[in-house]
Amino acid sequence: MLQPLTMPVTSEIVRIGEVEIEAQRRGRGQPLLLLPGEDALEIESPFLARLAESYEVILLWPPGFGRSNRPEWVTMDDVSYLCLDVMARLGLSKVPVIGCSLGGWIAVEMATKNDALMSKLVLVDPYGIKIGGPMDRDIADIYMVHPTKLAALKWADPSKGERDLVSRPDDELFIIARNIESCARLCWEPYMHNPKLRRRLHRITAPTLFVWGEKDGIVTPDYGRAYAAGVSGAKFELVANAGHLPHIEQTEAFFAAVNPFLA
Amino acid sequence: MDYYYFTEMPYPHLPPHDEMSSMRLTMPSKLFDPKIGHQLLNRYLDEYCYADDMGLNLMVNEHRSSVVCIDVAAPLSLAILARQTKNARLLVLGNSLANRDDPIRVAEEMAMVDCISGGRVECGMVRGVTYEIFAANTNPTMTNERLWEGIDMVTKAWTMHDGPFNYEGRFWHRRNINIWPRPYQQPRPRIWVTGSNDFENLKTIAQEGHVYATFVQPHAKVRQLFDHYRANYVDNGVPGGLAYMAFVSVAETDEEAMANADEIAWYMRTKAEPQFRNVPGYVGLEYNVQALKGAYTGRTDAVRAQGLEYLRENHILIAGTPDKVELQIRQLYDRVGGLDHLLMMMQCGYLSHEKTMKNIRMFAQEVMPRLKDLGPCINRAWPAQAAE
Repeated sequence: MLQPLTMPVTSEIVRIGEVEIEAQRRGRGQPLLLLPGEDALEIESPFLARLAESYEVILLWPPGFGRSNRPEWVTMDDVSYLCLDVMARLGLSKVPVIGCSLGGWIAVEMATKNDALMSKLVLVDPYGIKIGGPMDRDIADIYMVHPTKLAALKWADPSKGERDLVSRPDDELFIIARNIESCARLCWEPYMHNPKLRRRLHRITAPTLFVWGEKDGIVTPDYGRAYAAGVSGAKFELVANAGHLPHIEQTEAFFAAVNPFLA
Repeated sequence: MDYYYFTEMPYPHLPPHDEMSSMRLTMPSKLFDPKIGHQLLNRYLDEYCYADDMGLNLMVNEHRSSVVCIDVAAPLSLAILARQTKNARLLVLGNSLANRDDPIRVAEEMAMVDCISGGRVECGMVRGVTYEIFAANTNPTMTNERLWEGIDMVTKAWTMHDGPFNYEGRFWHRRNINIWPRPYQQPRPRIWVTGSNDFENLKTIAQEGHVYATFVQPHAKVRQLFDHYRANYVDNGVPGGLAYMAFVSVAETDEEAMANADEIAWYMRTKAEPQFRNVPGYVGLEYNVQALKGAYTGRTDAVRAQGLEYLRENHILIAGTPDKVELQIRQLYDRVGGLDHLLMMMQCGYLSHEKTMKNIRMFAQEVMPRLKDLGPCINRAWPAQAAE
């Protein structure tokens, strides 16, 4: 069962105009930027502890997530510019970036605008582009399907995603509830993608690895391959027995795929 | 107090309920028989016309992709009634403004219906229930903001008469707002806004001076809501007021009235999957913290699980002989601290044409005349003068 990690963490708020973005640091080593998924399950997973064994992991909470505020004018375009601003403000230069799910989409938006600060880019089952025609459901509609069915799409083994929320304190649940709300704000329509993004993928020059859960039912491996094909020289790795969050569901296999790329 | 007849225009001719997981949004339209739909829509409109003949006011609403309501565009039914009725106030509750593409179209539609009807429009502006978000694909996290920007645009379009003006807001940009026709009622039709849980929004409704309406809730909750409105009400020149909707069933015997009420309460037994009932951002975070604990599901499950007697004791259902119905309405009036408009769902589910007509007739002839002493609470002389 997933539950919050107890490892040491330091937190700071970076102010960009009226926007306040929370950056958390865990671990020691070379800096690495992590953009979490919309559910931020990374902070409840051994994945993050393992990553922090080798890196100083700087986890950015996008506007509306964690303790970052969300002025009403903020759209996905602003999110990506703001995250680039925070990278510069923190003095992060030529660092590896890992983006998961929604965080993967944010990472791609950032990289298409300016990838000069990124040494390498790891994208874990990211959303962000539209591949098919008007009637193709490229990205499963997480708002339309029954919660039980959604769990089956998201996980190879849905029991891996279980959380006991009833016992959590209200301030923690408040952040979880706001993360869900902020995801809808950014992703409702166009649903989970930016119609322009696919035509901008050619701007990414940082070495890029797509890592994909073999059993992801939300964005399938075929979607991932088409995505990777848009990024010059990008590599694509499948993780077996994993759904939409392979880094959390199959942590060992995930690092086996990612470590050689980051080395 | 004013009385409004209402049916949600249901399409109840469905497979057994246990074979369906949702009666909203996902029911295949092959289950809709157009011939039955033709009969139902015309029957419901006939019943509205009869209610007008009997001296009741009329309320219509809209829902999309739903068997609960096949009136999918309330301005259309309102326009028909504007032409076919003579006396009734015509309440649309409401225009789903947060889910409409263009508030100025709503302003124009309502102004035209107001002119056709000779100034009988009572104009509801609502954010719409969660289900409407899926049909319209509106971002669920900004429906209140869209509603209020839309109301601002409509109000200006109705009341500014010196040629075109522009509007560049958060959600809508228009370069030439100059509506023809303008409303028959001057300075404008009353605006009604609905709500059930959101006290902040209720405060805004009161401070803007609009009519506030809430539906099928226990009277103790209605009292809280109405008191909050009264404490914050500001008269803006067009009177506000308080409205409450209940299920209403009148018959010669209590047994007959309750049997009919059970058909009307079909509404409470309709189904929707959980993801459609609570969409992220529709209610405040304090509710969604409860939702994460399983303590909030997006609707009144506690009320829905109760039997008819509970509904009647709490004035969600008003039912019985004329004597009993009169008494229940007087109790409701006292317990909520007075109200201006009683909205009455008098038809739902399979309740037949004959039973519906009888319900309307008995209420209009045997109950309404006895209640003339129940005066308005906040409402005052209205409608005002027509355009000169």
